[in-house]
Amino acid sequence: MRNREIVPFLFIMVITALCGWIAFAPDNTWLGRDVSVRLGLDLQGGTQVLMKADGVVDKDIMTTAATVIEKRVNGLGVSESIVQLSGKDRIIVELPGVRDPEQAIETLRGTGRLEFIDTKGKFLNEGTVVRTTGNPEPKVPQTDPAKPVDPANPQPTISPEVYQSITDGRDLDTRQVSLRLSNDKISAKPAVSFAFTGQSASDLATFTAANIQKPMCIVLDNVIVSCPVVQSALIGGSGEITTNARADAEKILNQLKYGSLPITLNIESSRTVSATLGANSVQASIIAGMVGLIIVALFMIIYYRLPGLLATVALIIYTIIIYAVHKLIPITLTLSGIAGFILSIGLAVDANVLIFARLKEELRNKRSLLRAVDAGFDEAWPAIRDSSASTLITSAILFVFGNSFGVSLIKGFALTLALGILLSLFTAVVVTRTFLRLIVRNGAFQSLWLYEISNDPDLQEQSAV
Amino acid sequence: MKNIVSLRYIWFLISLLIIVPGAIYFAMYGLRTGIDFAGGALWDLHFTTKQTNELDTERIRAIFAQNGFEGAQVQVSVVKIDGKEIASAVVRTIELSATKPEQQQRDVLAALTKEYGEVQRESLQSVGPTVSAEATRSAAIAVLGACFAILIYLTVAFRKAPNPFRYGVCAVFAMLHDVLLVLGMAAILGHFIGLEVDAYFLTALLTIISFSVHDTIVVFDRIRENLIHRRSGEIFDDIVNHSIVQTLPRSINTQLTSIFTLTALLLFGGVTIRNLVLILLIGLISGTYSSIFNAAQLLVVWEHREWRNWFRRGSAAEA
Repeated sequence: MRNREIVPFLFIMVITALCGWIAFAPDNTWLGRDVSVRLGLDLQGGTQVLMKADGVVDKDIMTTAATVIEKRVNGLGVSESIVQLSGKDRIIVELPGVRDPEQAIETLRGTGRLEFIDTKGKFLNEGTVVRTTGNPEPKVPQTDPAKPVDPANPQPTISPEVYQSITDGRDLDTRQVSLRLSNDKISAKPAVSFAFTGQSASDLATFTAANIQKPMCIVLDNVIVSCPVVQSALIGGSGEITTNARADAEKILNQLKYGSLPITLNIESSRTVSATLGANSVQASIIAGMVGLIIVALFMIIYYRLPGLLATVALIIYTIIIYAVHKLIPITLTLSGIAGFILSIGLAVDANVLIFARLKEELRNKRSLLRAVDAGFDEAWPAIRDSSASTLITSAILFVFGNSFGVSLIKGFALTLALGILLSLFTAVVVTRTFLRLIVRNGAFQSLWLYEISNDPDLQEQSAV
Repeated sequence: MKNIVSLRYIWFLISLLIIVPGAIYFAMYGLRTGIDFAGGALWDLHFTTKQTNELDTERIRAIFAQNGFEGAQVQVSVVKIDGKEIASAVVRTIELSATKPEQQQRDVLAALTKEYGEVQRESLQSVGPTVSAEATRSAAIAVLGACFAILIYLTVAFRKAPNPFRYGVCAVFAMLHDVLLVLGMAAILGHFIGLEVDAYFLTALLTIISFSVHDTIVVFDRIRENLIHRRSGEIFDDIVNHSIVQTLPRSINTQLTSIFTLTALLLFGGVTIRNLVLILLIGLISGTYSSIFNAAQLLVVWEHREWRNWFRRGSAAEA
């Protein structure tokens, strides 16, 4: 008979200890695993964009594009980033904690097509958008981020002239692209070195040999990067692009190194949150959660007495478990997720409220404590089951619906709510029941006052019904 | 207190008195849709070196217009961060360009910095027209899908009770009551305090739907149980009334705990989710009311087919 409580009790203790260990793991590592809390964009700051391919594309091209973007994201060094295909022509990119979101997104989106053009001896200013034979209709007039745009004329006009491309971006040897930081203080301009192969390499050698002391322009995605004067023939097709700032060099490096994008990507929607706003939200949510928990605990103890105290213990166990699960899986914690968690406290308590109301009725019907506890749980179960199921159905619908980009924040809410319902079923039913069964056997806890029975004003009314 | 069921038309009247004004506002002004459903961009800017009274709404509008954002709506306010008061402006504009949004952001921020000193972009969301249209469609599907799924689940869960389909329909009616009430309140709040209907609002609405059904199930479960143990001669009205009285303490206590946690969120939980919490508070109270005073009462109305008396002479309440 005693085994009926001892086994579940040990089980609860083991689970709680395990989850407590994960929740409060030193250095956020548990058995060699990283179990730090993942904060969503709204909590740690960062940016999220939905990019759509320009024109009609097939699935293979999208997959290639996503792979290139993923490599570039890794090149940016942003941890926990997400690159995800969505539908047939969209890519979702999430960059948590990124410092300069505009720069980052520009880097990812740039096609990365490197060309040398024959300008017939002309110098062209940096940042000029040109037509080339490689791409005569530039769709993305990307302006140089280092140069502020003239507010009077923000849209650079593209001259109708089409320049002859000497090289083809497809011949770029991506393995030979590297960053070169000069130690020379005077000409300390960061540069990116590169090399062409095949036809482009020989064309470049022929062109430079014939045009010594004349300018030759380097073009990236139809924007003039620089127009150096040819000093000597570029044998072997290698050269370098000098830039004004290290950030620019890194951007070019990133774009060239991981290959060019096969398509132009437009930004359909974006969301950027600063790190400070995120940090404030975390603080606010923690305070709100704590205050909510404490008030609910006080209410439960004052109103339901001993069972209320046990329910509070179950609620604390619930909080530890749900926190540990978030850390272990890991589930990204978002603001709406926290709201879902705080709401789920209400649901967890509701199961107990239902059970205790039944327990009280059984005690009024002069059942023994132990039998009243069992009957209370059994009779409250159908209501708990049906209401949990209906909430699970709605959270499932919310979750599926949350896949639509514009409302993706509700996905976290739905996930936490669903998880909360399942876990609270365990803590509110199994944990509270085991505790109550153990306690009602103890001689010290026999007084019905502890179960809120004596001096009950409802008693007379209830028995009259 | 004793006979809640006999006063059912009064409860319906109270519901109507709250829903009808909301519906009027809804019809007159509609809902104020946020960028999630209407498209556009929302800029939350902090001016670290200025006071709120130094910010000129018209000037900010003009700066946005110069950079390609005509017709910006500017709202200037003060936010408190770590005890420091910071001037902030929330600006709603058309969405960012699809091809060069990065440059647009830099241009606007540079122009604002030139005028007002250091500007921090706290958050910026931009939603394109296709995305907002998809979100609106998904929202409609989600609400209808939830209603339908719950109707089926309840019919199955109450299959042992007589007329199981009635429970599903009455629960959905109570749920629609809450949806209508919340939409009406959103229209009123939108008109007076500028509350916007966004993805958070939709989250709140779907939560309200699930909690409303949750409450209704608890009451219905009691009715189901009491019907099984029905004593001879006990009429349906009394069983429903009895069931409501039995579940009342639970309904009130659960409602109280929800109100406690939500109030904590409202007071301490940060500005971002304030509207979500406000709508949840309204909806959860409505949900509890509708499960006791509408859903269960409708079962009685259905049992007696009282609608046959509604259009005859004599007041319906006496039926």
